[in-house]
This record gives sequence, C-alpha cells and structure tokens, in this order.
Amino acid sequence: MALPIRDEFELQSKAHTPGAVGLLAYLPYLLAGAFFGIVAIRSEIASWYRIYEMFRFESFHMYGVIGSAVLTASLSLWLLRKLEVRSRDGEPLRVRPADPGRYRYLLGGVVFGLGWGLVGACPGPIYALLGSGYAGALVILLGALLGTYVYGLVQRHLPH
Amino acid sequence: MEWLTQPWPWYVAGPLIGLTVPLLLLIGNRRFGISSSLRHVCAALGSRLPFFQYNWRAESWNLAFVLGIVLGGFVAGVLLANPNPVQLNPQTAGALQQMGVSADSGFLPKELFSWQAVLSPVGFLFLLLGGFLIGFGARWAAGCTSGHSITGLAALQLPSLLATLGFFAGGLVAAHFILPWALGLLR
Repeated sequence: MALPIRDEFELQSKAHTPGAVGLLAYLPYLLAGAFFGIVAIRSEIASWYRIYEMFRFESFHMYGVIGSAVLTASLSLWLLRKLEVRSRDGEPLRVRPADPGRYRYLLGGVVFGLGWGLVGACPGPIYALLGSGYAGALVILLGALLGTYVYGLVQRHLPH
Repeated sequence: MEWLTQPWPWYVAGPLIGLTVPLLLLIGNRRFGISSSLRHVCAALGSRLPFFQYNWRAESWNLAFVLGIVLGGFVAGVLLANPNPVQLNPQTAGALQQMGVSADSGFLPKELFSWQAVLSPVGFLFLLLGGFLIGFGARWAAGCTSGHSITGLAALQLPSLLATLGFFAGGLVAAHFILPWALGLLR
C-alpha cells in the first residue's frame, strides 16, 4: 500500500527574498558552519579513529563531547525559553518537533549507524573532512547523496 | 597559540558544539541539523520525485551552513593542521594493527582514506556503500547525529532518543562484526 509522503519536520514556510540582501543573510549561517567545522576537526570527532574507539568503549572522549554538547544545548534552550527570546519576526525560538513516527527512527537509525560505524564520519564531519582535502570524504558524500535519493525513491514502501 | 593546532578536550569541544543549537535559533530560528542538506541538494539538482518537491530555496540557509563547515574543515585541517597523529587508547591501536590498520597514519587511517585506497575498487565501494547507508538512514530516521543526538535530545524529543539508540546499535554492529570482515577484503 502506498503511503503519503512523510515529511520529517515542518519545512520553512517563509521564502527568502533573493538578491544582494538575501545573499548577505547567508553570511551568519556560513560563519556558524565554519565554527562548527573547526570544532569538528580540532575535537577529532571527525576522525575515523575516534569513532572506532568510541564503539569499542575504549575512550571517554566522544561520550564526553556528545554528553556535554547535549547538556549545553539543553541549558541554552531552557534559558532562551525562560528569557522569552523571540526571532526578528516575533516568533518564539523553538526546536521544531519531529514527525510522530516510531519505526522510522529505530530502523533508519540502525541503517545510519551501520554507515557511521564503517566510514567513521557522520554528515557534519563528512563536510569538514571534505574541506580538509580528503578525497575519501567526496566518495562518502557521493554515497550519502545517492542514499538520500534512493530513500526518496522507496519511501512509500518503508515502515515509518 | 599552540591551542589552535592541538586537539581540544571534550569539555571544551562538547559545549562549543552544543552552542551551535542556540546560535542557529538566534540567527534565524533554525533547527540545527546537517543531513537535511543532502535532501536539499537532491531537490536543487531538480529531482522529480515527490520527496524532493518542495521549496528548497526556503531551506537554503542549511546549504550555506554546510558550506561553512567545509570552510571550517579547511581552516582547521589545512591552514592549522595538527602535525601529530590522533592519540589512541593503546588497546584500540593494538586491535587496529591486528586487523592491518595503522594506528599512527594521521587524522584518518591510510588503509581506508589514502588516494591508493580510495582509487582501488574495493576501497571506493567501501566508502560509497558506507555513505549510502548514512544518507539513506539519515533520511529514513529524519536526521543524523546533529539533528537527533544533539538537538533532539537537548529538546527532550522522544523520536530523537529512538534514533540515537538506533545509531549506536548500528554502529556497534558495524564496528564489531562488519568492519573486521570488510578490512580483510581491503587488505
């Protein structure tokens, strides 16, 4: 039975205005990305070695990184809510809720994990490694785009 | 200025990564997540599948963000490259050597990521297949480690906990059962 198309999060409703102003609006995101990319390399979370070590439970490093990242993000979200910070168009800042499925997260999660455990890079590190000049990252990225496309092809036949 | 090229401890790196979540909310009320960019690229390339029929331009902040990650990777990995190899637990290093993987070849093992490995048919297929699982799984699970294991967990969203459990289950199976076999093929 064909299922309706699943959207993971509500996609953004407001379109960007193109033009010079629009281009400049991308700059903060570009800089935020550069910040993340530098941290991903310097913290070695983009290293295949660190991921392998993590899955063998032989180092605390990755668990410390993920744990303290979640804690920091969680405290920040609490603070933003407490201070009732709003966006420029007056909307409350919030983490958009995810699709209410169950199977998709467990099954899709396992498939993702298999790839993560093999090539030792999740999407953020793939981009960071690409910038560091590793040809292998380009092959992984190509595979990831292919996987994304094939998911779009067969989505209706998968349990969500 | 040595800290610029030396590895950062988890208690520095983790909070910095966590701050990406409020940073993107403050910039434009965006949910931190990286694998969505792969979907936007497919949409921007003009795929006619319904899954890729949406206004990707309205999500293009995400493409600027990942372009920034590439730039950051260049700054930290090339301009400010760490000359030393990753310092591994000796037990991990020993296990790797037994499987024929050098534990001191820099940031990534040369057996998997050197040009020679990438251009060999088995090496190429290994990386392509790994990438395929990442892309397919991330869309099925509606996100990857950034969107679920950082953002979603921090927002106490149950789906993200399920996804994170899946990520780790898959990773454990890959690292302990598939990788030893795959590395045998690569040798």
